[in-house]
Order: sequence, then C-alpha cells, then structure tokens
Amino acid sequence: MPAVTETIDTVQSLTEGTYKYGFETDIEMEFAPKGLNEDIVRFISKKKNEPQWLLDWRLKAYAGWLKMEEPLWAAVKYPPIDYQDAFYYAAPKAGPKSLDEVDPELLKTYAKLGIPLKEQAILAGVEGAGESPADSGRMPIAVDAVFDSVSVATSYKERLGKEGIIFCSISEAVQNHPELVRQYLGTVVPQGDNFYAALNSAVFTDGSFVYIPKGVRCPMELSTYFRINAKSTGQFERTLIIADEGSTVSYLEGCTAPMRDENQLHAAVVELVALDDATIKYSTVQNWYPGDAEGRGGIYNFVTKRAQCRGKRSKVSWTQVETGSAITWKYPSCVLLGDDSVGEFYSVAITNNRQQADTGTKMIHVGKRTSSTIVSKGISAGRGQNTYRGLVRVAPTASNARNFTQCDSLLIGDQCGAHTVPYIENRCMTAKTEHEATTSRIAEDQLFYCRQRGMTQEDAVGLIVNGFCREVLKELPMEFAVEAQKLLQISLEGSVG
Amino acid sequence: MLKIEGLTAEVDGKPILNGIDLEVPAGGIHAIMGPNGSGKSTLSYVLAGREGYEITGGSVTFDGIDLLALEPEERAASGLFLAFQYPVELPGVGNALFLRTALNAIRRHRGEPELDAMQFLKVARQRMQALSMPEDMLRRGVNVGFSGGEKKRNEVLQMALLQPRLAILDETDSGLDIDALKIVAEGVNALRAPDFSALVITHYQRLLDYIVPDRVHVLMGGRIVQSGGPELAQQLEASGYASVQAAA
Ligand SMILES: Nc1ncnc2c1ncn2[C@@H]1O[C@H](COP(=O)(O)OP(=O)(O)OP(=O)(O)O)[C@@H](O)[C@H]1O
Ligand SMILES: [Mg+2]
Repeated sequence: MPAVTETIDTVQSLTEGTYKYGFETDIEMEFAPKGLNEDIVRFISKKKNEPQWLLDWRLKAYAGWLKMEEPLWAAVKYPPIDYQDAFYYAAPKAGPKSLDEVDPELLKTYAKLGIPLKEQAILAGVEGAGESPADSGRMPIAVDAVFDSVSVATSYKERLGKEGIIFCSISEAVQNHPELVRQYLGTVVPQGDNFYAALNSAVFTDGSFVYIPKGVRCPMELSTYFRINAKSTGQFERTLIIADEGSTVSYLEGCTAPMRDENQLHAAVVELVALDDATIKYSTVQNWYPGDAEGRGGIYNFVTKRAQCRGKRSKVSWTQVETGSAITWKYPSCVLLGDDSVGEFYSVAITNNRQQADTGTKMIHVGKRTSSTIVSKGISAGRGQNTYRGLVRVAPTASNARNFTQCDSLLIGDQCGAHTVPYIENRCMTAKTEHEATTSRIAEDQLFYCRQRGMTQEDAVGLIVNGFCREVLKELPMEFAVEAQKLLQISLEGSVG
Repeated sequence: MLKIEGLTAEVDGKPILNGIDLEVPAGGIHAIMGPNGSGKSTLSYVLAGREGYEITGGSVTFDGIDLLALEPEERAASGLFLAFQYPVELPGVGNALFLRTALNAIRRHRGEPELDAMQFLKVARQRMQALSMPEDMLRRGVNVGFSGGEKKRNEVLQMALLQPRLAILDETDSGLDIDALKIVAEGVNALRAPDFSALVITHYQRLLDYIVPDRVHVLMGGRIVQSGGPELAQQLEASGYASVQAAA
C-alpha cells in the first residue's frame, strides 16, 4: 500500500545518510516580528481569529511566564536561550483552504518526508492492503501535518466525521468546537504548570485536536507530523485528545526539522483525557535534527506531555522513540484518577555525539487499584548523556495500587553516560512498587559473532540495539516500528569502531 | 584453498600460536585435535579475524588472498564460516531476524538477490527439518535459553544456510547426544563438494567416524606437532597425547 511503501522508501533513503530530513523548503512565509511581548501574543490570537476568552487565557499565561524561572534541575547543559531572538509565528503565506489548495512545494516536502497527505493515496492504500500477509490487518492512517506554526492539512476528515470523530487542527477546533476546547484546554497541563508550558500556553500556534465520542473505536490510526522549517523559529504546538466513555484511539506523532547551525526551540504541550473505560495509545517517533557531531545546532525539545485517566478503568499508554534533538526534556506522564485506571510508559531514548536527553515519566496514583508500568531503554553512544528521571507517586487513596518500573541502559563506547534517577513516593500501605535497573555494554563477543556471519559492525550494533529495545518497539504500530528500527540504527552510525 | 605459514599470535603479550603451518586444499576435510589450552580456538579466532589477537608473524591466504588483511565480515563474505565453541547469546534479537540478516549480508556480497521474510522462512524451514530442529527455535532470541546441544545445532543451521566454502567447526560435537552428532555430521557431509573445505576441531574420534577427514593434525603448545591420516585419531583415542609428546 502506498502509505506504507512511502514510509519504507523514506526509510530506505534514510539508511543512505545520517540525517536525510535536513533539507529546507523554499516557500513564501509570513512571520510575526521577532521577539516576545504581549503584542505578539495578541497578534497570534488575532491571526487565528480567536475568541476573547482564549486571548485572555493566553495573556494570563504570558503574565505568569514572565514571573517564572527556566528550570535548571535537568541533567542537561546548554547556553542561555534568548527568548527575544526568535520568531513566534511563521506560516506559509498562501493559507490552504482544502487539500487541493495546499502549496505544491509543501506537498513535495511532505512527500519527501514520506507522509501521505492526499486522501486518494491513502484510500488507494486501503485497497492495496492485504496483498501480502504481512500487510493484512493494517489500518489506514489519517494525517494532520503541522508546518512551522500552522496545520496545513488534515486528511480523511469526512470518513472520521461519520463516526462523530473530530480530528482537526486545534485552530480549527477553536472555531468549530469552541465548547469542547474551552472545557478541556489546560485542564491537564495548567497554564502555569512549568516554564515551558506557560510559554506554550501564551504563544501556541497550532497542533492537533481529537475528540472520540462515547463508545467509538477510532477505525484508523490518527497521526500528526510536525515539521520546523523556517529559520529562527520556535515551534509551540498544542495537542489535545479527548477519549469519551468507552472509546478507543491510537495516535501517532512524528517530527523532523532541517539541519541548521543554530538551535531551535520546540516547546509543545500535549494533553490527553481518558474518561470511563476509554483507551488512548499515544506513540511518538521523535527525530528532530540532533545537531552535528560537534554539537552545533539541533532542536531543543522541551515538551510537556500529560494524560489524565479521569474515568474508571481508563487506560493511557505512551510509547516514545526519541532519537533526535540536541536536548530532550520530556516526561510523558499519567495521572491515574479513576479507580482501576492504567498508565503505561514505554520509552527508547538514544543519545549519540553530543546529544543530551533527560527523559522519563511520572505516574501519579490516586484512584483505587490503579496500576502503572514503566519500561525505559536508554542508549548512549559517542559523548551522549542519557538520564532517566521518573516519579512514581502513590497517594493514600490509591489502595492496592501497583507499579512496575524497569530501566535498562546500554552504553556504546566509553565517553558516554547513563544515569537513572527514580523517585518513589509511596504513601499507601497496600500499594506495591517494584523497580529494576540494569546497565550493560554491547559485548565484543556479540559484535564478533554477528560480523563472523557477514554483518558489518554497524548492522551488528543496529541488530543488538533493536534487540535491547524490543519490549518497547513491539508496542509501536507496525509502520512506525519499521521506521523506528531503522532510525535507531542510523542514530548510532559511527558510534562504534 | 587455505594456506597457513609460520603463523604466530599472542594475546595480551602472551604467545599462544607458535608457528603454525597448515594447508587445506579445495575439497579437503582436515581435523585438528589437541589437549585443552593448546590453541585450537585461538587459531580459529585468528582465522576469523577476532579482535584482541596480535599476529606477530607468518601469513594466511585463502584462495591466494591475504586473509589477515580482511575485516571479519569480509572474511565471512568470501566464504569463511566459524561454528563457535561457545555460541553467543543475543537477548531480544529473534533468531529468524538474525539468520535472515546474516544470509542477506552474505547474499549481497555474492551478488545474489536478498530474501524477504517469506522466502527466507521457506528456506530456513527446509534446513531445519533436515537438522531435526523444532521450528520455534526461529522465534526465540539468538541462543538465549538454548540448551548446549541446541546452540550447537543452531550453529550448524547457520552453516547450512550460509553455505560457506571453508567451515571451521570448533568442538561442534561437544555436548551433543549421539543422534544430534549424526545430524551435525550429515550437515557437514551435505556440504561436501570439490570447492568446500572444512577444519574440524574435536576432542573425540567418534565425530570422525561420521565426518571422515583426509588429514588429522595434532596441535600442542601452539604448534602442529604431528599429522597423519584418519588412523591418527584412533591412535590418539587409544593412547592419549602423552605418546605424541614423546614422539614430538
Ligand atoms: N584472552 C586471553 N587472555 C589470556 N589468555 C588467553 C586468552 N585467550 C586464550 N588464552 C589462553 O590461550 C591458550 C589457548 O586457548 P584456546 O582457547 O585456544 O585453547 P583450546 O585449544 O581451544 O582449548 P579447549 O580444548 O579447552 O577448547 C590457553 O592457555 C588460554 O588460557
Ligand atoms: Mg577451544
């Protein structure tokens, strides 16, 4: 099916070089003036034709942000960021109204990225499904694409609409479903939650919005591709997903950016709400430009992702494969409010060259018999630094809560570092938490064994690393899993030998 | 096909191979016997190109090419296969994926088209049946939790799939029950051809009843101290290495 073929083609082109998404698209852009102040916030809100309440909400966030300090507790090092030296709004000049009006240059960009925007392509793909046994049972994918500050296209809308599913950009949701946005926005990640969340709340430009009505199983994977293209531009997207009672949804997120010498800021907020018996599966393959081997350039990825399992027996599962970014600061979390609700976090984070990652999760147990599983696989190579930072908090109300945490680190070479910082705060007598941690290296005999069978050093490393990450990769939807496996290998190119 | 001349090698400054001369012609099956610690595995690692062994003298050619100048994967690609005395575990790496990756790497070098998952499964199933291996071994992690005998059979399966031109079997018979021994021997015999050679390292003459060698060499103290026909293995079985030592 073309959607898959495209992904595979991309993956193939990926294997030929280190960072193939480094190209830039020449497109006429509209920028807000550089810098950040109240006027910029008003400008963004006006551009998006927002209601007064949302402007007020943004301004409140901005006022709060001014009083906040950048957090410095993460185990990452970077020079101070000049927040006045960036553009906070960049949009392709010719705003598309429908898929057909999308600038061809933009479509080309997405084609290069292997992202099918054209519904025809995807539909054709559905017909082709089942050709070979490996393809059978694959779901089509609906895509929302965010280019710098704005969402340029959402495919498959009509078919989803029949089921009452809303999948659109958050700007559109503000116009067409203001009541839902107003009801849920900022209820999981409040405006003043942290420095970057406050910044995002003030200047967020676009992102995806999903609402799955009661009892509906979303018939396809929903997915958003984020792309930072313009120079000196920050990307502040905001994603809000609501799964109403008894509904189920699987959502994928992919990200890339051109290669640049400068560092670019990406400060997103993702909020998930799961009501009674609802399930949300959120998968990320993060491949922002990581900077070059000397640590020049790359994306600063400071992201707040949180889910609330509000309903009884609700379930949220985060799966992330973090290969890109110069710095990753990210803790997808679950607040388990509903009795018997379930939170899961499966993570692979790779740091090579000068990349730094401080990532992990928070599982906050409030409801009775809530349970959480954390599986974190950190891989460090080159001079990469990889920190797992996790918090498991069990409130006195969470009787018989369960947590299982497993953190494994794999070191490649002797100039990298792996650190594990697990916090466990258990205030409930009947709750049980378990923590296991291992650190290992790729053994010389493993590499030799593979090479004796004809594999190159790099293929061998890729194979062993993929084996190390298996428990996490098997949580990813099929197409993503293939892509992720290749990505892992590419990310580690030149790390051994 | 394989020509070793005056080969000396050390590990951590300690000489292990002290001048090995050995020639295996195309189509030849040679056995190497020798006491524990005499350098048999070291010789096989040096031939396969493992790191950590310093070649201090001598030469090795394979079809006239300087084998020692090649990377391990290049040696594998040119047809050298080593069945490990202690096969290595790769946790999380599925055996099927491992075997297919290896096979396709070799096929690429030979200029043959790669096999997709389905094509590979077909070939692998055939070979496994011939080796009486249960199919679930494809689904398990490479050698993880395999019994000693299963690991050895997995080595022979790899050999059968990769179709090398020179196979070095390092004590592949150790730890095998009688039936498995026969199966393994059949695996080797099936490869017999005018351009296939093997170096069979073993402690037991029993294996050589099934894989009848052209020559038997005795390795002691990092040197080949005696060579002869298949009857030499029988002689050793009867009187041990002490007699060789006296003769050498
Ligand atoms: N990495 C190493 N460091 C130090 N000594 C080593 C190392 N590798 C091998 N040796 C030594 O080299 C000698 C030869 O070892 P080798 O494994 O080649 O013997 P072998 O003939 O295969 O023995 P066996 O029949 O027990 O398998 C032994 O004395 C061993 O201790
Ligand atoms: Mg040995």
